Order: sequence, then C-alpha cells, then structure tokens
Amino acid sequence: MIRVVLPTHLRVLARIQDEVALELAGEISLGDIIDALEEKYPVLRGTIRDPQTGQRRALVRFFACEEDYSNRAPQTSVPAAVASGQEPLFIVGAIAGG
Amino acid sequence: MPATRLLVGTAKGAFVLESDAARRNWNINGPFFGGWEIYHMKGSPADPDRIYASQTSAWFGQVIQRSDDGGKTWEAVGNEFRYDGETGQHLWYDGTQHPWEFKRVWHLEPSADDPDVVYAGVEDAALFKTKDGGRSWQELPGLRQHGTGPKWQPGAGGMCLHTILVSPDDPQKIYIAISAAGAFRSDDGGASWKPINKGLKSEYIPDPDAEVGHCVHRIAMHPSRSNILFMQKHWDVMRSDDGGDNWREVSGNLPTDFGFAIDVHAHEPDTIYVIPIKSDSEHYPPEGKLRVYRSRKGGEEWEALTQGLPQEHCYVNVLRDAMAVDRHDPCGIYFGTTGGQVYVSADAGDTWTAAARDLPKVLSVEVQTLS
Repeated sequence: MIRVVLPTHLRVLARIQDEVALELAGEISLGDIIDALEEKYPVLRGTIRDPQTGQRRALVRFFACEEDYSNRAPQTSVPAAVASGQEPLFIVGAIAGG
Repeated sequence: MPATRLLVGTAKGAFVLESDAARRNWNINGPFFGGWEIYHMKGSPADPDRIYASQTSAWFGQVIQRSDDGGKTWEAVGNEFRYDGETGQHLWYDGTQHPWEFKRVWHLEPSADDPDVVYAGVEDAALFKTKDGGRSWQELPGLRQHGTGPKWQPGAGGMCLHTILVSPDDPQKIYIAISAAGAFRSDDGGASWKPINKGLKSEYIPDPDAEVGHCVHRIAMHPSRSNILFMQKHWDVMRSDDGGDNWREVSGNLPTDFGFAIDVHAHEPDTIYVIPIKSDSEHYPPEGKLRVYRSRKGGEEWEALTQGLPQEHCYVNVLRDAMAVDRHDPCGIYFGTTGGQVYVSADAGDTWTAAARDLPKVLSVEVQTLS
C-alpha cells in the first residue's frame, strides 16, 4: 500500500480528510502513483500534472524520504520505504510569492 | 428565496451575497473555494439555481465548479480544455511567435435557454462550449484558426477571451472580445468568425487601425438591441450601431477614457455606465475619486455618479468583469473593486451603498434577479 499526503487545497477539492492510501504493489514509479491517485479521485486530474502533456505542474513538488523527486522522470521508482508504505509520498504546493 | 443574488469572484475565493428587492441589506455567504482565484461565476438564465464558477490557481490549474442549489453546495465538473486541431502560434511579448497554451477560464456564459449549455472564454484566447453541464468541453476552433491568430498578442493580464455575448434574438450571432486581439463576430453559432474592429484606433500598436491587435477590455449589449454594442477599449469608449461592423468613439466628456468595465441599464437601452480609470499604468480613479459615469444618450454626454462612493483618497481599480446590472425596477447597478468593496446602487446609479467592504480583491461580479 502506498501512502500519499496531499496539499490542503487538493484535499479540500477531493474531499479527503487525511492521507490517501493507494493499493499498489511491486516496483512502483512516481507515474504509477499519480495514475492511481487520479483514478481514485478524478477531480484531481489536471491539478498535479497537465492532462495533455503529463508534465508536472510548475508549482507542484514531490518529496519522498526527505528528497526532492520533483524533477525525476515519471518512470523513476520511488524509494523502498515509500513503496512499502513505511513513508508517504508528499505532494506539496511550492513556496511562491512573498 | 432572495430576490437578488450577487455572485462575487475574488482572488481568494467566491462569495454569494443575497438580498431582497430593496437591495439594502445583504447576507454574505462564503468564502467558497478559499485560497483559489475565482475569475468568474455566472448563473443560468434558464435555471437560476444552476451556477458555474471558474476556480483557478497558479499551483493547481483550472477547476470548473457547478452548483445546482443556488450556490449552497458545489460539485467540481470537467476541467480539461483541449485545443482542437493545430495548436498554432500567436505573437509573444518579445515579438516572436509562441504556441497557444491553456492557462485558465476567464468568463463563463451560460445559454439563455439550456442550463447544460455554457460557453467558456479562456486564456490563451479560445472559445469553448459544454453541452453536458460542464462535464466536457469542446473548442469552437473556427475562431482561433480563422487566420489572424498569429497577430494576436497577450496584454498585461494575458491573452484572454473575456467577453461573450450571445444575441437573444438570434443565438447564431455571437460576439467575443480578446485582449489584445479585438472583437470578433460569428453569424453561424461559432463555426466561423470575422474581426469587427473597423473604427478602433490604438496608438500602442504599429498600425493604429489594424484589423486585429486592439486591446478591447469589455463589450456590453442591451438584450433588446443586439446590433448596438458599447465597448470600453484600453483607451476610448466606443459604440457600434451595426453589429460591430463599424465603431465610433463616444468618450465625450469623460475625465479619462481608460477603464475596464462597461454595462447597459436593464430597461433603458441608451443608458450606459463606465468607471473611468486614470491611465494604463495608474490603475485607479482620477483624483482619488471613485466615480461611475452614466450616459443616458448612448455615449458622448456623461454625468458623474458619486453619492455614497468615496470621493477622496480612493486608489482601487474595477476590473472588466466586475460590473453588473439587475433587472429590478429601478435597475440595480453593482461593481466590485480591487480593494474588496462591492458597491450597490438600487436606483440606477443615483446613490450607492457598500454590500461588502473587506473582501479579497474582486475579480468579477454578476447578479441574478430572482423575483
């Protein structure tokens, strides 16, 4: 099971109270997680990545095990601790503005 | 049921204000979608409880919200705006060509007779339509692809399609306006388009009377006379009496003819309203006096309406979609400011009160006349 922590605005939009749990197993990539997230919560389509290009939105960040995965390719495997559910994948709204 | 419902989109959420027909006391509901920019909200004329909202964010992109109960509860519907066919290129700030990129929805225009049909004006400029209550959106590509697109360019606020006017007597006739491309008309329901900018003069483009490239800020039309249009351009207030084929300036005695908003009295087709703004770099009222100007002759001769509006030290702006008129008698006039005030006149502009004073920056105001 994969755990995902979403930023407040996306939790409100998707009416999610807490972490998201996704049933994924085996070798899991960043792209697999976003695919599963959008499948479970269609309202999130387009809010994390562009629906046409698949590119991460410029002001969204992916953090895992205290590392920035934002600029890794979608095929990049997430760390074992995330794949096992020990650690969540953090999807974060970037710091922007004053 | 309230007699009057105001839909206020702000930089940090949506507000729904309700009042009776007297329009003196207002209940403020919201914020809805707190923290998001609400570029526009508009109710369906065919079903006033059906309201659409454009919710957008630099972080998380575009969401379209829909309410079926007059703004009490909301459901996110379709948010995919895919350009149809060749993406194409337009003029960029540095003079080069730049591919069309969808950024946000500026304006939602529900159909007069079908609550599931809505037009959407977007940035980068294009016109979309839904026939299923916002679940899916299809571009009307004839506008973007009609030939002048490579000459369109973004204004300071982006290359936005911000005005959509559908003729009540002939829904095949649609006017739209784009900053900075100009005004366009379709006579076949949006399949084909032509620029309608003859008579506009814009000193900020190389050819001041070019076919396209004009920064039109807003067009208004009285529903009973769909061939007569009023325009607030970047500079100049303009009028057309032939469906946009020809324009003439009607700025007359305005203290400045720069501004964003323009609207028409609900029951007097020759009574129009503008809010002059000092200049294109000084986005506040001249002399620090917030004044609505009314012409009862369709332009040229204007009177200042000031009673109840701040007449000193006022340096707010009023954006293009932030003025509306209701259909009560006497007609109500509404506008919201970048300082978060929403002003109401229940007597066609003679006197004003504030329905709200401390909202976030107001991006849009629409009003529904419910009884």
